[in-house]
Amino acid sequence: MSTGAIILMVVTLAVVWGGLIASILFLRAKPERDDMPTGGDDEPLPDPNAR
Amino acid sequence: MSGDEEAPPPASNSTGGSAGGSTAARPKREAWSGQTAFILAAVGSAVGLGNIWRFPGEAYDNGGGAFMIPYLIALITAGIPILFLDHALGHRFRGSSPLSLKRAAKGGEAVGWWHVAVCFIIGLYYTVIIAWALSYFFFSFNLAYAEDPAGFFTGTYLQAADPGFSLDFVPGVLWPLAAIWVVTIVVLALGVTKGIEKLNIIAIPLLVVTFTALVARALFLEGAADGLDALFSPDFAALGDPAVWIAAYGQIFFSLSIAYGIMITYASYRKRRSNVTGPGLVVAFSNSSFEMLAGIGVFSTIGFLAAQQGVSVSELEGLTGITLSFITFPAVIAQMPGGAIFGALFFGSLLLAGMTSLVSVLQVVLSAIQEKFNLNVRRTALWICIPMAIVSLVGFGTTTGLYLLDTLDQWSNQLGIVAGAFLMVVVVMWFGRRGEELARHLSAVSTMKVGRVWLVVTSLVAVLLMYMFVDKVITLVSEGYEGYPTWYLGVFGWGTLAFIVVAALVMPTIKWARGTDDFVAWPTREQLGLSSPPDHDTTPAKETR
Repeated sequence: MSTGAIILMVVTLAVVWGGLIASILFLRAKPERDDMPTGGDDEPLPDPNAR
Repeated sequence: MSGDEEAPPPASNSTGGSAGGSTAARPKREAWSGQTAFILAAVGSAVGLGNIWRFPGEAYDNGGGAFMIPYLIALITAGIPILFLDHALGHRFRGSSPLSLKRAAKGGEAVGWWHVAVCFIIGLYYTVIIAWALSYFFFSFNLAYAEDPAGFFTGTYLQAADPGFSLDFVPGVLWPLAAIWVVTIVVLALGVTKGIEKLNIIAIPLLVVTFTALVARALFLEGAADGLDALFSPDFAALGDPAVWIAAYGQIFFSLSIAYGIMITYASYRKRRSNVTGPGLVVAFSNSSFEMLAGIGVFSTIGFLAAQQGVSVSELEGLTGITLSFITFPAVIAQMPGGAIFGALFFGSLLLAGMTSLVSVLQVVLSAIQEKFNLNVRRTALWICIPMAIVSLVGFGTTTGLYLLDTLDQWSNQLGIVAGAFLMVVVVMWFGRRGEELARHLSAVSTMKVGRVWLVVTSLVAVLLMYMFVDKVITLVSEGYEGYPTWYLGVFGWGTLAFIVVAALVMPTIKWARGTDDFVAWPTREQLGLSSPPDHDTTPAKETR
């Protein structure tokens, strides 16, 4: 492989796979906010007797 | 009816601590069992056939290694922002694409039905490609396609006639297609949690293992380095060509399953009190990561083919799409030691990637019909998918199925998806002025906040999409497509677009089977620090239909 191809491959993989690892670690460290606004109970179906 | 698909989620879900105890005994909207389940399902949707067969060829044709620069810029400036927009719409407005967009902005319902019509068309033919992959998975064991891959695909297997419309059925295609439809209908009839979620929990890890094994094998083939060199060698002059940038944005856009209803629908099944942008980032990077893996696997394999034929990679043809998968790859497999296993891994991967995307496409249709006509999950799946399956079998299980697939794919993707995307941005962000509210919604519930930059890039992407649409219309009008007869493109190409337009215009005129007076967006506009409604003709926090 040419030097240019190797550099492009390594940089691209570092950004994309690094981005994936970073985003997973970020999510694992803080899966949810603990300071959301109040409320937000999941809504019931307006009509439970759907046909 | 059976209400089991609407059973209340476990008490330990992420809505804990919220208000509204008076409704606790009533059945709740379908929901993913948790964050991981949602991520797997969204990744399953995003990672599809396009990742495996479209990305490598697009990159190679558009500057090789240099393509990665516009590709990454497109991911950051269009892919992730539009994905966040989809997630915000579904999560805040809690419905299928037509319902969420109706709640979001005036005219939104029509755009939602546009999305549904596009997904209806895609569902008809996407199934067929998966059926081919199923057949080829089994053909791999005895390398039935080895002797003459091109002749085997179009002749022996598809028995393709001249372009036109015939009712000469091909049993070899018909039966696998029927089998795929049966499995799909069963998955969808089981609902979001028991069907789609379970499928993805099994299929996505299996896909990763299968495809990683394939790539690992491909890397050790003779000529693999030459293949990778061809894929990643940068042609920086290509960066001055606008077409290369359009290709990069197009790849990101088509590959991520964004802006045609899927991510809106999937996000609507998340609990209200849940992190939206954090999982969104994981989905976006997972999709691109898989795409890179596919690029490496495909071009290592193509390098092997070039070495076997004693030519350079640039002299090979058929490096993308259906030709890559069903003609070029079989040709490689035929020449490879242990080709049967490699073939099974490749077509097994197509099957898994395809199935998880297919159910997401069809769920856009089912959720919309279910909400509009107040039907239960199982009944909707049967009433909609069985007629779709029949149309699919009649249209694609015949000697002319290949041409119909090619035509429907071109019009529904290049025109249908692109137009549905810019219409969504225009209706929601430009005229509906929901951008600030959606940005604050994302920031209020998510671990990663978004701000003005997100608003600006999301709004501006529509201009690029409009350009892509107009450019493609001009090309198709002036040059036709693949040399198919004009009458054929008129009926099945432009007819497809006409069907989508009619669906978008007619469906909003039909009354919703039940009202939504009790819908209240959360967090409320007051909680988001917004006071006046974005559109003075509608009530933002409490919508009616």
